[in-house]
Formats: sequence, C-alpha cells, structure tokens
Amino acid sequence: MERFSTLTAVAAPLDVPNVDTDQIIPARFLRYPRSAGYERFLFHDQGPDFVLRQPAYREAKILVVADNFGCGSSREGAVWAIKGAGVRALVGPSFGDIFFENCFKNGVLAVVLPREAAADIRRQLHDRPGALVTIDLGGQAVTAPDGTVHRFEIDPYRKTMLEEGLDDIGLTERHEAAIAAYERRRREETPWLP
Amino acid sequence: MAPRTLFEKVWARHVVAEGPGGQTLLYIDRHLIHEGGFHAFEALRQSGRRVRRPDAVFATPDHYVPTAGRAAGIADPEARVRVESLRADTRAAGITLFDLDDPRQGIVHVIGPEQGITQPGLTIVCGDSHTSTHGAFGALAFGIGASEVAHVLATQTLWQRKPKVMRIRVEGERPPGVAAKDVILGIIAAIGAGGGTGYAVEYAGSVIRGLSMEERMTVCNMSIEAGARAGMIAPDETTFAYLKGRPFAPPAEHWERAVAFWRTLPTDEGAVFDREVVVEARDLAPRVTWGTSPQDSVPITGRVPDPAAVEDPVRRASMERALAYMGLAPGTPMAGLEVDRVFIGSCTNSRLEDLRAAAAVVKGRRAVVPALVVPGSGLVKRAAEAEGLHEVFLAAGLEWRDSGCSMCVGMNGDLARAGERVASTSNRNFEGRQGKGARTHLMSPAMAAAAAVTGRLTDVREMRI
Ligand code: SF4
Repeated sequence: MERFSTLTAVAAPLDVPNVDTDQIIPARFLRYPRSAGYERFLFHDQGPDFVLRQPAYREAKILVVADNFGCGSSREGAVWAIKGAGVRALVGPSFGDIFFENCFKNGVLAVVLPREAAADIRRQLHDRPGALVTIDLGGQAVTAPDGTVHRFEIDPYRKTMLEEGLDDIGLTERHEAAIAAYERRRREETPWLP
Repeated sequence: MAPRTLFEKVWARHVVAEGPGGQTLLYIDRHLIHEGGFHAFEALRQSGRRVRRPDAVFATPDHYVPTAGRAAGIADPEARVRVESLRADTRAAGITLFDLDDPRQGIVHVIGPEQGITQPGLTIVCGDSHTSTHGAFGALAFGIGASEVAHVLATQTLWQRKPKVMRIRVEGERPPGVAAKDVILGIIAAIGAGGGTGYAVEYAGSVIRGLSMEERMTVCNMSIEAGARAGMIAPDETTFAYLKGRPFAPPAEHWERAVAFWRTLPTDEGAVFDREVVVEARDLAPRVTWGTSPQDSVPITGRVPDPAAVEDPVRRASMERALAYMGLAPGTPMAGLEVDRVFIGSCTNSRLEDLRAAAAVVKGRRAVVPALVVPGSGLVKRAAEAEGLHEVFLAAGLEWRDSGCSMCVGMNGDLARAGERVASTSNRNFEGRQGKGARTHLMSPAMAAAAAVTGRLTDVREMRI
C-alpha cells in the first residue's frame, strides 16, 4: 500500500452532518469489482452543484467534513470511491466507526479534530475555494489555509501502518502460534464449538 | 475480581495477543458471509492466502436474490454473477452455504440465530453493519469492511481497539401498542445517530428483559443507526429456551455445560460503564421517521418539526435538506400522510412475530397501496404459512414473497420509484436507500400494515385488531 507522510493539497469542505455511506456510493454500484473504478460512483446521486463537482475542488486530495461522516453501511466501496478519486485524507469531528477503520485499511488517513476546528477550516475553504491544507502525519498536525496549526491524536498502530504502507494480514500471521494456542484452549473450554 | 460488564467478559475471553498502541488481536468464533464477500475472496486470491477455518464460516445469498419467480433463476446477469461467485467461493473453501434453493436460505442476520449459529459469549462478525443483531444473544457481534473480512478469513482474528461501553436501560412498563421497533427508534432519537459512535452498547432494564428473542434482535439490529458497532443484551432463560435444539446450538451432551457458562456472562452488580442512559418506558409510543436519518423520528401523534426553531445552523441546514428530500412541510401532522407503497421485511422486522403483528392488522381488511411482505428466511416463510399468515396477507391484497433483503436496499431490483413515499419496517431512511429519490418512513410491522390498509400513516392503536 502507498505510504503516507506529509500531504499539502486542495481541500474540499462538506458541511452536512451524518453523511452516510449510501450517499458516498449508492448500493447499486457495489456489484462491480473494485477494478471497475469506484471513483465513477463517488457521491453519484448528488446534484451538479455538489461541492466536489465544483471546479475549484476537482483536484481535492483532502475532504474536511462534519459530524458522523461515513455512518451507516459497512461498504468498503465508500472508501474505494473516495480513494479512487484521489483523496488521501479526511478531517472531521467524528466518523462512523466502520468507515473509520476501512479508511486506514486502504491507506486513507482520517483525522479527528475538535468540532470547532473542523468548522473553522471549512469556513476558510468556502471563503477561499481551492485553498491548501497541510497534513503532517509524523508531526500529527493539520495546518489550515490561514496557517493555524491543529494537533491531532492518532493510534500509533494505525500511524505505523500508514507510514510504512503495511498490510495487516502479514503482521497477524506472525501471531500464528498464539492463535493456535487459543484454539486449543477454546476446544477444551467450549467443546461444542467447531 | 472487580465487577465486569457483559461486554468486558466476552472481550477478555477472546484476546489472542495485545499489539502496539492499544490494539488487541481478537479471536473470532463465527463469521457470516453474504454476496458482498466477493471483494474479500478476491483479495485472498490475489495474495495467495487460504480460508483458515472454513468450519467457522457460514454463508447465504440475501442482497441480490429475487423474491419472486426464483425457480426461473436470476434474470439480472450482474446479480446472478454475485450469487454464483458466492457459491463458487464457498464451495472452493469448504464453507457451509445455505443456497438459494435451500429452505434455510434467508437474510444472514435472520438465519444465524435461527440455526443456532449465534450464541451467547461468542465473537461474531460479518461484512455487514447490521451484524449487531446477534448481540441480542449476549454475543459480541459487529460489522466489518471488506479488508477486515479478508483478514478474518485468512487468520480467524481481527485487530480491534477496545470500544467504550454504554448501558441503555429502558425502565418501567412498555405501554400497549409499543413494538420493539418503537423502543429502538425512541432510543436513537434520544442519543442521536452518532450518539453511540465509539461505544459497544448494552441494553438493559425491565422493558428489555421482558422482550422476546425476536424483539431483542430488532433492538440490537439498529444499534448501528445510533453509531454503535455492537449492541448486546444479557443472556437469560429466554435466550436459552430459544436456542435449545437448534441445529448449530450446543448438542444435548454439552447443553448443561454451555448454559452454565452462559449464566456467568451477564454484567456483574456494580460494574462501571463509560456512559449510562435511562429511557422511561412511559415516554414510548409508536414512532415514525420524518427525515433521512434514523434519528429523525417522532411519535405518530407528532408533527414534522420546524427547522426554523433549531438554533444550531448545521443541524438546521441538514433538517431543511431532509424535508426538501422528503417533500414535507414543517408542522404537518405525521398521522394522515399519504403513502404510495409499503414494505414489510428486512433484518430488523421480518421474523415470525413481525409477520404475525402485521397480519393481525390487515386481517379482514384490504390494502389500498402496493405492499410487499418479505419473510426473513425460507424457514420463517414456512412457519408463517403453517399458521396461515400468507392467506391473511394474500386475502388483503399484499404480496407474499420469498426471503431476502429486497426493498430494504433494493439491490435485487425491488425498488420504490422517485418521489414515492414508502412505509417501511427496515432500518435506514437514507436518501436513495430504497431507490433513487424514494422517501422512506421507518416504523414497526403493525404500523406499516396499518399504512397498507389505510394508505396513510396511521396510529395503529386506534385500529380495532
Ligand atoms: S435486510 Fe437490509 S439492512 Fe439487513 S442485511 Fe439486508 S440490506 Fe442490510
């Protein structure tokens, strides 16, 4: 997977809270393999004035979002569509739990900032369409267009996975002995389970 | 030992290893799969990996299956490919499949419990957010994405960060006419669509203890609509009685030992939760949604809320957008709103008790709008027919279909048209969920049945049943 270090890019503001994954990618497109190019389906049913269709944000690699972004269905296609469209990072006050996990599995950084900080960045992006935001993963900081720096927290495991572009099945396979030992114990304690 | 919660006990039993940064490698007891699994099987193939424990995986097609004329096969070639690849992938891996022609086929969250695959104290995952349903048995069950599905197939484990735990107690006596669906819609309205984000929820209190297993499943099913990946209810005699004798439940020679273990699982007296919420049963009423998030519900006696009365500008804007999508004006009474279509089904409300509740309302009446009744599994369908429920539905002019997800998400082609107002027993009223431009109102099976025979949102308590 692609590594992530520092990203300076156009950011697009999405102000609506509770954007569900059905909006990010409608269910009818999930029948296609990922190789079909999921970026074509991103926010498919939103109108022509939708923010990502505006010329100033076409090149956006960062989305600055509102509360509970990516709630609802577990479809990983939502992240594939976002990533396919060139977006590498999301910044917002909260994310749907499954969507959040799916982001990291695909090398997309999801940054949680306080609600006010995210709202402030979105305001700046509306005032100056096409303005740049910088995300420094190593330094755990987001720099807003006006230069304000917001520090963020990230789980060190997720950080390492992103920085090194790792696939976690490979990491888990190193725990094979512990998994096998767990299964032996389980067979004794709960013999009715296969 | 310090008092522990149900969640904590199940979590602790499944720890295989502690990883860096507070990540835990959890063992997964049971893994459920539907057609959406094809992405994960493809990823496994590409990395040259195999399914580690095919005996722990159970599969069924549900999202793409036709609910009528099934014997003729699947007409839509792309949907057919999805069902065929599930068949091929599970066969190649040696995974149990409840296929289209198997009477046990159905919505994955209906058949897990029905087969006794779902049990107290287990970890259960599925590439589907409504996996929370299985928490009704005191299992830790949650939805995962396709990459995580591949991870579980390859290793039978999952890296997880321990969530916080919230207890939601529903106390008092459930008022007449209030269904399990009304209980959970009331809870979601109280804590919000993001209120459970980062938490596993335990539902408790006198109302929850008094629910049947099917009702408990309805409640846990919609945990994700409050943002919580998992919802759990402590196992008790109701749970044990439901499970006894089911095909994949502990067999007779292990039964006593299994029950003894399950009795150790409920939350200890004095255990501490990160957050506690109390809902008073007397405040509950039959509810309907007015907006495009499951949190947007009011009692059927209520009115469409007015965004102008809301101070938070973000909330106001999103309400305005929802009302525009739904074609509703502020202040409109919910009761009396005309509907174009009714859907009774989905993993929330497609079990035998749901169908009984709906049949009791339509009995001796006539549907005045198109209405679909889609049982959650072939076995539910069979049991309903043994009671003659299908005759009640058919006599009232409702359609009696084969099992599957159907109009909950419309991936099989059972869709509502743009602008149509649908009274639905499913779990999501998102924009476009039941078809592009379709307007979904969520409610209980009895309320949806009432809408079918009156053509309007109707307070089922005012109907003679
Ligand atoms: S019935 Fe609806 S919510 Fe349930 S699994 Fe099927 S599509 Fe998902």
